[in-house]
Amino acid sequence: MSDLKDLKEGDAIPELKVTPDKYLPHRYAGASGDFNPIHIDPEFAKAVGLPGNILHGLWMMAQVARGNAQIADGDPRALKRLSVQFRGMGFPEQELVVSGTVKEAGDGRVVIDTIAAQGGNQVIRNAQAELAAP
Amino acid sequence: MPVNTDAIGKQWPAATYEVGAEKIREFADAIGAGSDVHRDHEAAKSVGYRDLVAPPMFCVVYSARAMGPAILDPDVGINLATMLHGSQEFEWDEPVCHGDVIDTTTTCREIYEKDGKGFYVFETISTNQEGKQVVKGTWTNIVRGV
Repeated sequence: MSDLKDLKEGDAIPELKVTPDKYLPHRYAGASGDFNPIHIDPEFAKAVGLPGNILHGLWMMAQVARGNAQIADGDPRALKRLSVQFRGMGFPEQELVVSGTVKEAGDGRVVIDTIAAQGGNQVIRNAQAELAAP
Repeated sequence: MPVNTDAIGKQWPAATYEVGAEKIREFADAIGAGSDVHRDHEAAKSVGYRDLVAPPMFCVVYSARAMGPAILDPDVGINLATMLHGSQEFEWDEPVCHGDVIDTTTTCREIYEKDGKGFYVFETISTNQEGKQVVKGTWTNIVRGV
């Protein structure tokens, strides 16, 4: 277990990099129950003006959750709160990078400002995670 | 046209979800949560969980069932074709494990208009079979061109 107490304001957390494959949105649709066709049907997505089928926002949020949980060795009890703003469309077959900086630290609790981006496209902004030693 | 705010404060009946091991494994695979505590009963118990534990973001699975009726309610009046998921917050408490029965209640907290867009804010509260709160969700949906 990484010690959250060792983190201090301004520290960067390790980046999480993940490239969703072409069919990831289909698997996430099944796992989550969200079968909105804009996520799984490229032709439907184009017909409503999108460049192609887009990633589920909540899947991207799950990557932000995972990126933050890494600092507690992925212990699911450590993540106490996560807020995100969805500000861009994410696409399959493009690398998603989650990065963050410690905003507050003390008493075994840390608050981390986080973003998720595909290249220069920030798909999640102003995300804030709060973690505490379980 | 101003947004109709009559539904502020409306609450929908609780939706019940029974948490199962294979759904936890499927969800953990889909989001890339690699830990054994999401897959192996004994691994989870050995680090203090009651049983195989769901990743925190599994909350979307049991919350979605409670959010659906709220988003589709004509009293709220959301135009789904122009709806975007604007922001999301979850606050977690008690972990959710295989065998848990989760009740989720949705309440409409805010409806307002800004820059020609309608903002619809819902709160979900999920509790387990022991009455312990497992997660609170705040869902902000934005509807363009209201």
